[in-house]
Amino acid sequence: MSGSEEQATIKDLDSVESGTSLWQDAWNRLKKNRLAMFGLCVVSFMIIIALLTPWIAPYSYFEQNLDLGATPPDADHWLGTDTLGRDLLTRIMYGSRISLMVGFLATAVALTIGVLWGTVSGFFGGRVDAFMMRTVDILYALPFTIFIILLMVVFGRNILLLFMAIGAVEWLTMARIVRGQVLSIRQQEYIDAAITMGLPKAQIMWRHVIPNTLGTIIIYATLTIPNVILLESFLSFLGLGVQPPQSSWGLLISYGVETMEEYPWLLFFPALVLSLTLFSLNFLGDGLRDALDPKASRD
Amino acid sequence: MLKFILKRLLQAIPVLLIVITITFALIHAAPGGPFSAERAVPPEVIEALNAQYNLDDPAYVQYFIYLKNIVRGDFGPSFKYTGRSVTEIIAAGMPVTFELGFYAIMIALTLGISAGVIASLKPNTIQDYIPMSLAMTGICLPTFVLGPMMVLVFAIWLDWLPVSGWGYIPGDKILPALTLGFAYAAYIARLSRGGMLEILSQDFIRTARAKGLKTATIVTRHALRGGMQPVVSFMGPALAGLLSGSFVVETIFQIPGMGRYFVQAAFNRDYTLILGTTVFFASLIILFNLLADIVTVWLNPRLRDNSNSGN
Amino acid sequence: MSLLSVKDLHIHFHTRNGLVKAVNGVNFELNKGETLGIVGESGSGKTVCCYSLLGLLPSPPARIESGSASFEGKDLLHMPEEELRDIRGNRIAMIFQDPMTSLNPYMKLGAQLIEPLTIHSDISKDEARKRAIAAMQEVGIPEPERRIDCYPHEFSGGMRQRVMIAMALVTEPDILIADEPTTALDVTVQAQILDLIKKLQDKHDIAVIFISHDLGVIAGCADKIIVMHQGDIVESGTTDEIFYKTSHDYTKKLLNAIPTSGKPAAASLDTNKGQEPFFSIDQLQTNYDIRDGSFFGNGKKEIHKAVDNVSLELVEGETLGLVGESGCGKSTIAKSIMRLVNISSGKITLDGKTISSLEGEELKRARGDFQMVFQDPYASLNPRMTVYDSLAEALNTQSNIDKSALLDRVVNLMTDVGLPAQAIRKYPHEFSGGQRQRIAIARALALQPRLLIADEPVSALDVTIQAQILDLLLKLIQKYRITMIFISHDLSVVRYLTDRTAVMYQGKIVEYGETEEIFNKPKHKYTQALLSAIPIADPDKERSRERIIFSPE
Repeated sequence: MSGSEEQATIKDLDSVESGTSLWQDAWNRLKKNRLAMFGLCVVSFMIIIALLTPWIAPYSYFEQNLDLGATPPDADHWLGTDTLGRDLLTRIMYGSRISLMVGFLATAVALTIGVLWGTVSGFFGGRVDAFMMRTVDILYALPFTIFIILLMVVFGRNILLLFMAIGAVEWLTMARIVRGQVLSIRQQEYIDAAITMGLPKAQIMWRHVIPNTLGTIIIYATLTIPNVILLESFLSFLGLGVQPPQSSWGLLISYGVETMEEYPWLLFFPALVLSLTLFSLNFLGDGLRDALDPKASRD
Repeated sequence: MLKFILKRLLQAIPVLLIVITITFALIHAAPGGPFSAERAVPPEVIEALNAQYNLDDPAYVQYFIYLKNIVRGDFGPSFKYTGRSVTEIIAAGMPVTFELGFYAIMIALTLGISAGVIASLKPNTIQDYIPMSLAMTGICLPTFVLGPMMVLVFAIWLDWLPVSGWGYIPGDKILPALTLGFAYAAYIARLSRGGMLEILSQDFIRTARAKGLKTATIVTRHALRGGMQPVVSFMGPALAGLLSGSFVVETIFQIPGMGRYFVQAAFNRDYTLILGTTVFFASLIILFNLLADIVTVWLNPRLRDNSNSGN
Repeated sequence: MSLLSVKDLHIHFHTRNGLVKAVNGVNFELNKGETLGIVGESGSGKTVCCYSLLGLLPSPPARIESGSASFEGKDLLHMPEEELRDIRGNRIAMIFQDPMTSLNPYMKLGAQLIEPLTIHSDISKDEARKRAIAAMQEVGIPEPERRIDCYPHEFSGGMRQRVMIAMALVTEPDILIADEPTTALDVTVQAQILDLIKKLQDKHDIAVIFISHDLGVIAGCADKIIVMHQGDIVESGTTDEIFYKTSHDYTKKLLNAIPTSGKPAAASLDTNKGQEPFFSIDQLQTNYDIRDGSFFGNGKKEIHKAVDNVSLELVEGETLGLVGESGCGKSTIAKSIMRLVNISSGKITLDGKTISSLEGEELKRARGDFQMVFQDPYASLNPRMTVYDSLAEALNTQSNIDKSALLDRVVNLMTDVGLPAQAIRKYPHEFSGGQRQRIAIARALALQPRLLIADEPVSALDVTIQAQILDLLLKLIQKYRITMIFISHDLSVVRYLTDRTAVMYQGKIVEYGETEEIFNKPKHKYTQALLSAIPIADPDKERSRERIIFSPE
């Protein structure tokens, strides 16, 4: 490489214009989406509260006050108390620890298995792909909700088991999505370009394939969390999730339903918190989809 | 086409086998048998009962006996409901669950598709925002929240409709069907909006407009068929999900359907009933997925044509 | 009075990212039976302008700010929707660029063809069907009675465009708007479609507005032309005025951007006859298994010979043009050489090394010697890597260069391809198509290849940009004495650029020789047909020439 007339060597690195990466672009787009930012704020707030609960909770979650009984919201108990005189706000705060933890951990399990499975399947293609995807197809046909119910009944209500089980269901969708994404990235000419340069396979996957699937993965992770929270609440509602005196939103709602005629706030507040969380996560997921999907960014 | 259906039905066999095996293994791994709950029963009686239901055989023997019976369409007798066979219980609960599911899906399709199509015609306007916010609400209000809330408002406070039941009092079917249908209406609305937006941005829609067609004609004749594809492929899993959703709805409204039997069977360790309902649900899911695939192909002439050359 | 008169048309797009003035004051008149050509590059506003006439612009964001378009005394731009619908598809019909997507894949052709008739008149279904069959006959679709019940996917691109034309003309409109109707088609099919439009226009006395980016296509069919650039009309006049008395610089640039076939190949080196071949392909065969992967497929295998017994030889520093229409196997040859697909048999040799039999590490090391520039500059760069990262990775692949030297090398590459060195921290999406292709070329050159394969490197770019990229390529391969295989469907580009040409048809090379010889005295019937189909940007020549139709067997 010699003989260029104008030796434009950069002596002064300050003259280099900085570029905006797609991540920065996406963040700028997300910031403009008010609903998504609202979602992000609510979710962050919930997480902080859930983490700090043992120190900031106004009462203990199991301490009963039978003399008090169920009282409507007042200055002492902002969200009222339940039939055993326990503070509802405290119970919801502790419930959020369980619900959010199951949501995030199960999604993490799903994400880990799904991304690995999908990337390998999509990148290697051929027989490996056929085998791995056929496996997913077969697993898809299994009635997982039923299995989870059975699992809970058979082995007792165990949170660890619960999020393993939920994660084991949700990874299937993740694997399919990631594989689809990897397949389409493989078709891109920049992958051919990387191969023709003689780059090792691992480097191609690490530098060229995975960074380009991250957007999709983030979007679906955000949308999987509410699904998982919903599933846990559904199980707890049926009486198959966490065990009292621990609380989760589903369990609180299920108690609320029993007494909703007399003490409607016992149903109303847990339902509101659950719905608000689901709303926020879904709005955030939708917003991320708009921000990270270059197709949507075209006006 | 016929060949494809046969192939898919054959593929269903290993899936069902896996289902049976996992369920069987799970139940047998569980501590305690079905009769251990009744404390007052003397040991001899339990032994007799165990012998009657082959429970004293090694697990693999029970497994093969069970498989052999299933092939003959016999799911065995229920452990808890003495004198009734699992097949009878399923046959009794099935029509109820199906009826509930049918109403729910009709509500879901009608509400969902119309909301989705209306929203897709003017994206990012008020005509889009209102139905889509409603849909988001539907997704974020799970059946076990929506159901009780509706009961509270329409049955208890307003006293317009019955609180629970199925076919006892006129109008008692409305709330359960709405509850179950609404969540799916929300998903369908979002999917139809997406599908329609995709199709409406295609070149051939521009061609139709250039011909001088009215918007209504463009939607019904040119766009709907392609735009509904995401909805159709969602219907397979949705119908399956509807069944598990019916667990909740049947529990809330005390409806004597399959879902309620299943939840109770699980709590009661009613082995044969659990196995029976699980196999039955699994077969239904396979069947619905197959139907959804067939409709997808029927809607898309390209795929239909490939099938002919394939045979 | 003219049939259609557009006056002072202004159209703006109010987008999230600000105001785009798409059309600024367009005026034209169209008389009965006349053809108006509108020429311009992408973003010139030519399509927007015509869509607005039929109310086809999405609004918002598009807004017609001012102007009028009077058709028989009525203003198309300001009439009620119902009235406009009566005109749309009835009095003014339109055909579009991509026949593959412009027909509804879910509906039978018959149903789509009779639609314009049934909505614009009280004709019975049977009668409409008869007229549709007659229209199909007229556009040259064989067996119309049977074909009318087919679905679009059963037709080839050219046939679909014929259906589109039949559908537009079935109501016997006064004006036909043709929006790049041949851009998506192969050159021989393009010639047939152009001839067909002309024939039908004369027969039915229809006025045509012909939109194209290709002056060659316009030259043969337009009576008058307007040239548009960024929303403005830069020049308008009769066809002869535009071509022979060009006044505006932009038009001149457009005309010069088309490498005219008469121009001697600028790249011509002394052909080193008798030298040992530097690069050779010997009886190459590449098969694709077509597995019936369709929905109901049974997984049966079929073998498609994408490249069928191809042999080629090149002397060092020579440039070979590989031409042929879509699906002829030219890209598969490129991928076979690059070892991106497995070859079935044959041998590929580069500078004495048999690259077709290398494996593993050996292959990875050898890869630096042969590099490729891909077709789509939007897909060939990793969107998540900066230019610096992309180029540094390429530089580092075959050798280890320390950090400080790396920066200098990257800057040198940027200078080589004419990009500012300050831009190295930017991401691909911040560059235009032409600039991205420059980056892609820089990346290929980073490995200091001996052989460069360019697979349609300019076909995704605007004409004026094409010329710049081609000149850059020429300059660089001469500077670094690189042997090049240039793949293209565009014959004039190949003639401009290459020393030798191979013409491909259905996986085989049908003619191979010195470029000038092939262009002046084509021997094979297919080459002759191909050459006679290239549009020439010279109205006199275009009007008087005869097409040769090639039909295998």
